Amino acid sequence: MEHYNMNLTLKVWKQSNSREPGAFETYPVQNISSEMSFLEMFDVLNEQLIRDGKDPIAFDHDCREGICGTCSMYINGKAHGPWEKNTTCQLHMRAFKDGDTIVVEPWRAAAFPVIKDLMVDRSAFDRIMQAGGYISVNTGNAVDANSLPIDKKDADLSFMAASCIGCGACVAACKNSSAMLFVSAKVSQLALLPQGEPERESRVLNMVAQMDKEGFGNCTNTYACEAECPKGISVSNIARMNREYLKAGLSAD
Amino acid sequence: MTWKNFFTSSIGKKILMGLTGLFLICFLIVHCGVNAMIFFNDGGETFNHWGHFMGSNLIIRTTEIGLFLFLLLHIVQGLLLWAKNRRARPVNYKVNNAASNSRWYSRSMGLLGTLILLFLVLHLYHFWAPSRLGGIGGIKVLEETTLGSEYNNQPVHDLYAEMLLVFQNNLWVVIVYVLGVLSLFWHLIHGFQSAFQTFGINHKRYTPIIKILGIAYSVIICLLFAAMPVAMYLGWVS
Repeated sequence: MEHYNMNLTLKVWKQSNSREPGAFETYPVQNISSEMSFLEMFDVLNEQLIRDGKDPIAFDHDCREGICGTCSMYINGKAHGPWEKNTTCQLHMRAFKDGDTIVVEPWRAAAFPVIKDLMVDRSAFDRIMQAGGYISVNTGNAVDANSLPIDKKDADLSFMAASCIGCGACVAACKNSSAMLFVSAKVSQLALLPQGEPERESRVLNMVAQMDKEGFGNCTNTYACEAECPKGISVSNIARMNREYLKAGLSAD
Repeated sequence: MTWKNFFTSSIGKKILMGLTGLFLICFLIVHCGVNAMIFFNDGGETFNHWGHFMGSNLIIRTTEIGLFLFLLLHIVQGLLLWAKNRRARPVNYKVNNAASNSRWYSRSMGLLGTLILLFLVLHLYHFWAPSRLGGIGGIKVLEETTLGSEYNNQPVHDLYAEMLLVFQNNLWVVIVYVLGVLSLFWHLIHGFQSAFQTFGINHKRYTPIIKILGIAYSVIICLLFAAMPVAMYLGWVS
C-alpha cells in the first residue's frame, strides 16, 4: 500500500467536565502519515496544542493493540471509525484521504457521562460485573486443567462471548444506548460453563437489574451493536440472556 | 423477584411487547381472512355472513375485549420504552451513520407504530364504531341487509355496503388506508422476527425460517389489506 501524507480538518467534541455543556472545536492538522494510527494522529495534534499553550484533547487509550477496549471515539458517525471489527487504536489513517473533515465525538449515553472531551466514565460496566459477573471457586491450589469435561461446542461459544473487551461500542452504536450485547456476553460466557452453574440464576437477574439501574436503554433488536462490535460478539448472546432471564425470572421465588 | 419486578425490568418489558405483538399478529390473520371474503365478488354475501358470525359470536366478542386490552398494553409499553430510551441518550450525535449498521425500519418502530395508531383511529371510526356503537353522536347506524337462502336469509349489518361507501368515491381515504397498511408492513417486517429474539429464540436452523415466515406473513397480509380499498375504488369489487 502506497504511503501518502494528508492535511485534515478535525471537528472534535470539547467538554471540560460532566456538568458543563460541551461544543465542537475545529482543528486543522498537517502532514499526517497514512501509516499512523488514528490515536497517533491525535498525539501529533495534542503535541502541537501543548506547544501553542492550548488545552490538549483528552481521550482514552491504553494498550494500543486492539485488545484492552479502552479507546473509544465516535468517528464520522461510527463507533471506532469506518473499519469493521476494529478498535480506534487499530484504525489507520489510510482510511482517510487528503482534505477530509473528520467529526469525532465521545460515546453518547446517560450511563456513560463525559469525564472530559472524548473520555467517558464506563464504570457502569464495572458495577454490572460486580453484580454477578463472577464465579465461586475454592481457594488453594489451582484445579488441574481439563479436570471438568466441557463440550467443545460450549467451550467455543463461551470463549467467543468472553472475547468481549467491554469497550462500550455496542452502547454507543445502539439508538437506545442499550448495554444488552455487553451484559449478554458476560452472562453467556459463564452460563455456558459448569463453573458458572452455582450463580446461574442470580447472576442474570442481578446483572440485568444493575444494567437497568445504570440507565441504559432497551434492546429493540436493530443489531447495530453486533455490526459495530470490534470483537464480533453475536446477538445470539442477547437471545441466550433473554432465555436465561425468562427461566430465572419465572422460577425465582 | 415479584411479577412487578419481572415485567418492569428492561427484558420483561420487551417480553410484554413481544407477547402482545404476537397476539396482534394472530388477530391480523383472522381480520384479513374474513375481509378477504369480499374478493368472492358476490355483492358481499359471504363477507357479511362471516362478518355477522364474528360480531355475534360470544368467543370472538370476549376475545375482542382482550384485543383492546393487549393493543392498549402494546401502545402504553411502547410509549414507556420510547421515553426511557430517550432518557438513555440525552445528547445526540452530530454525525451518526446508523444506516451502515442497521435497517431504518428496525430503528423506526415507534414512529411506524404511531402512524399505525393514527390510521387505526380513522379505521375504527369508519367500521368498528358504526357497527358496535351505531347511532351514537354523529356516527350513523349501519344499514341492515338480508342474506340469501344459502345463509338462511338472516338479517345482518351490511358492513359490505359500509366498505363501498367509504372506499368507492373517496380517493384520499384509499390513499390513507394504503399508507396505513404500508406503515404496518414495515412494523411487521421487523416486529415479527424481533419478538422471537426477545423470547430467546435464536438458532442457526430455526431463525432463518422465522425470518422467512415473517417476511411472507407481512407481504401477504399487507398486500391483501391494501388490495381491499384499491379494488373497491377501481370497481374491481362492487
